[in-house]
Amino acid sequence: MAELKEIIISSDNIKTDEYLVNMGPQHPSTHGVLRLLVKLEGEIVHNVQPHVGYIHSGIEKMTESLSYTQIPHLTDRMDYLSAHMNNEAVVCVENALEVEVPERVKYIRTIMAELQRIASHQLWWCATGMDLGALTTFFYGLRDREDILDIFEETCGARLTLNYSLPGGVMFDIHPNFQNRVKTFIKKFKKILPEYDELLTGNVIFQERSKGIGVLSKEDAIAFGVTGPSGRASGFSCDVRKHQPYSAYPLVKFNEALGTEGDTFRRYQLRIAEMWESMSIIEQLIDNIPEGDYTAKMKGVIKLPEGEFFQRVETARGELGVYIVSDGKKNPYRVKFRSPGFSNLFAINHIAKGWKIADLVAIMATFDLVIPDIDR
Amino acid sequence: MAFEKYDFTPLTQSIHQGLLENVSPLMTMIIEWTIIGLLYLVFVAVFGLFLVYAERKVCAAFQQRLGPMRVGPWGLLQTIADFIKLLMKELIQPKSVDSFLYNLAPFVVIIVPFLTISVLPFAPGLQSLDFDIGVFFVTAVSSVGVIGVLLAGWASNNKYSLIGGMRSGAQIVSYELSVGMSLITMIILAGTMQISEIVELQRNGWFIFKGHIPAVIAFFVFVIAGTAETNRGPFDLAEAESELTAGFHTEYSGIKFAFFFLAEYINLFIVSAMAVTVFLGGWMPFHVGGWDGFNAIMDLIPGLVWFFAKVLGIIFLIMWFKWTFPRLRIDQILTLEWKYLLPINLFNILLMAFIVLMGWHW
Amino acid sequence: MKSFFNYISEILRGIWTLLVGMRVTAKYFFTPWRNVTQQYPENREKLVLADRFRGEVVMPHNENNEHACTGCGICELNCPNGSIEIISKSIVTEEGKKKRIIDQHIYHLGMCTFCNLCVKTCPSDAIVMAQTFEHAHWDRASLTKILNKPGSKIMDGVKE
Repeated sequence: MAELKEIIISSDNIKTDEYLVNMGPQHPSTHGVLRLLVKLEGEIVHNVQPHVGYIHSGIEKMTESLSYTQIPHLTDRMDYLSAHMNNEAVVCVENALEVEVPERVKYIRTIMAELQRIASHQLWWCATGMDLGALTTFFYGLRDREDILDIFEETCGARLTLNYSLPGGVMFDIHPNFQNRVKTFIKKFKKILPEYDELLTGNVIFQERSKGIGVLSKEDAIAFGVTGPSGRASGFSCDVRKHQPYSAYPLVKFNEALGTEGDTFRRYQLRIAEMWESMSIIEQLIDNIPEGDYTAKMKGVIKLPEGEFFQRVETARGELGVYIVSDGKKNPYRVKFRSPGFSNLFAINHIAKGWKIADLVAIMATFDLVIPDIDR
Repeated sequence: MAFEKYDFTPLTQSIHQGLLENVSPLMTMIIEWTIIGLLYLVFVAVFGLFLVYAERKVCAAFQQRLGPMRVGPWGLLQTIADFIKLLMKELIQPKSVDSFLYNLAPFVVIIVPFLTISVLPFAPGLQSLDFDIGVFFVTAVSSVGVIGVLLAGWASNNKYSLIGGMRSGAQIVSYELSVGMSLITMIILAGTMQISEIVELQRNGWFIFKGHIPAVIAFFVFVIAGTAETNRGPFDLAEAESELTAGFHTEYSGIKFAFFFLAEYINLFIVSAMAVTVFLGGWMPFHVGGWDGFNAIMDLIPGLVWFFAKVLGIIFLIMWFKWTFPRLRIDQILTLEWKYLLPINLFNILLMAFIVLMGWHW
Repeated sequence: MKSFFNYISEILRGIWTLLVGMRVTAKYFFTPWRNVTQQYPENREKLVLADRFRGEVVMPHNENNEHACTGCGICELNCPNGSIEIISKSIVTEEGKKKRIIDQHIYHLGMCTFCNLCVKTCPSDAIVMAQTFEHAHWDRASLTKILNKPGSKIMDGVKE
């Protein structure tokens, strides 16, 4: 008995150490070259230190030597899953020049942006499923995204790096098949989206893995500048489409999906809700595209007046801010992109503390990180 | 009965007699051991490769893909090509591993399926060891595998591997309990632990039908716990790809990695084979009481075919789980075991004991 | 007692959600004709690419080996990453006038980001995007292409 007591006492003196694990730069769940320095005690996460910059491509600096028509093609490469929404930031240039773009352009841009949002959320959905271990979701999501990419390919000529919006308008007029194909897609996807819910949302394992995990309060969301679906899940009403409407958004009726819980499950549900909203926006616009030019008359060389210009657009990940300082020349003096991924990433440390490694993966999945968007 | 003509006993007996007449009893034993050993070796290699191929095809079909199509017709030779590739790959050993344990682990892991497979009755007369504690032997031996996983996790000197090894340790220790309990439920019904006896008792009805509700519950608990024991999705925490890259076998390469891989699939076979033997009548054909014509047709199918058809059915079910469900978290896995499966199991044993006591089971 | 029923209903509800998920995957498992895999090198003939697909910049020549490029250099100016180099030369026309024409329209496929700006801004529509996409080569040098064919001339009637 005495021996047993000794053993029990000595086991109290066993010290457990925290240890550091490098998640990344090559890791299956960081979706790219992001490095997270995770401090763990056993399975419990104590600290998450993101190290960014592994895929820094210097887009902001490169823009200083490019003309305003050339810049949009670089923005494709920031957040490649919302390439069209990034392109749409040329609204900033149009506003600076005080150019009135044709109505048709606004409609086309909005439809394209919403299609892109659905495509982005589809990829996010399949990656989330995969991060949580449901590998089949990956292929179902990609299968449906393919339809949208085919539509893009037909109209924009590219599937991923679209470069479709240019200052003053769009690159091409819409393809004659465009409206029909979009309508077929919406019809088809409306049937498939409930299947997503059956497969993953309703699944008891998924709900256990996500409900109440990684709660981000509204105050913290505002403090960290978490925008997009991740911020809205916490109740932070931050939809630029609603608050500062651009393109054709003033003309359509849609709900800003908002949550209050701010947990992983809410962030997940919110993106599913956004897909429904996007489909309803497209349905409102697709039959009413007005006739007209697909581009406004622009000068061959665009020169912005001297000054500072700022425009916000809502990408699939949150708020993209474009800040241009112009000295009146054909190249900008300085361009700053406020990318949503960068702000969202740094909220992870705050909410992942005390949860397990598996939860950290789930939290990261529902923050929908795209690494080139973070590093630019 | 008609299917008795597929009995392998005369064949094995004649081999045994022939050997005894020609060589000494000792030599007979050695030759028989060698033959059986080689047969199991070939079976494990071939069936393991087949299962890898089957998994890739099944998962492809679930995901609306085609799976391997390039090597051989319908990609049939793909796994053989993969195996040759693994054989020829360099065995990389990281600098600061515990060399002895690191090299030992794959062998511990691969030995387990060989031990367990020896008591499985594939067909009438085709069983190499027939202990009177056969079921007990299977549960005892199959828990040795976790030692290999723990060794691999510890000796690799990699944090991911260590987490994977620890997870798998906690998981298998817990789920052993459910596997054991659900088997005990059936042992109460059978009244014996001898596997050949258990199969024989199911001649006029599989245990899953004979044992009423408790047998059905025990069957599902066994399949769930068995999935967890083989470290397969949704319980594949030990190698959770999105969390731990590859878990306990992160640092292994070449044929050592292949050992882990092969062991996983053979364990899958063994769990399914045990489920078939204990719940679904082993190699016994499917009979419906009263339908004599139907039963006669069923009897024409050899026992070996019945056995493998049932086993592949269970394997398909387990693969279906893996390709549908997300992975559980470590604490949820333990919750599932201790808060759900264990109480259900204990209650189930009581129920089964009551049924047997009342004599409702025949 | 209530908590006991909760416990049971929780289990049953959980199992139901799992079965619903399994139904979805089973639906696709047993309908193999819905498979989406395309076997690429085999279906090369049947592969249809959108006519706007941006695969590579080419310069169409007519049957007389004539193209529409004046060598003005606007594409070179508009290219964001210097994939196009225009080398022009001076010739003396039959009327005795000095004239600059294109010598070599060099296109670096390896640097191109397929932004379509060169095609869009070309005043004489001399270059277009081709739908080729199999650009893999063993040698990087073969990615540098000269778009105007040797001995080609400018078409009549192209505005200079």
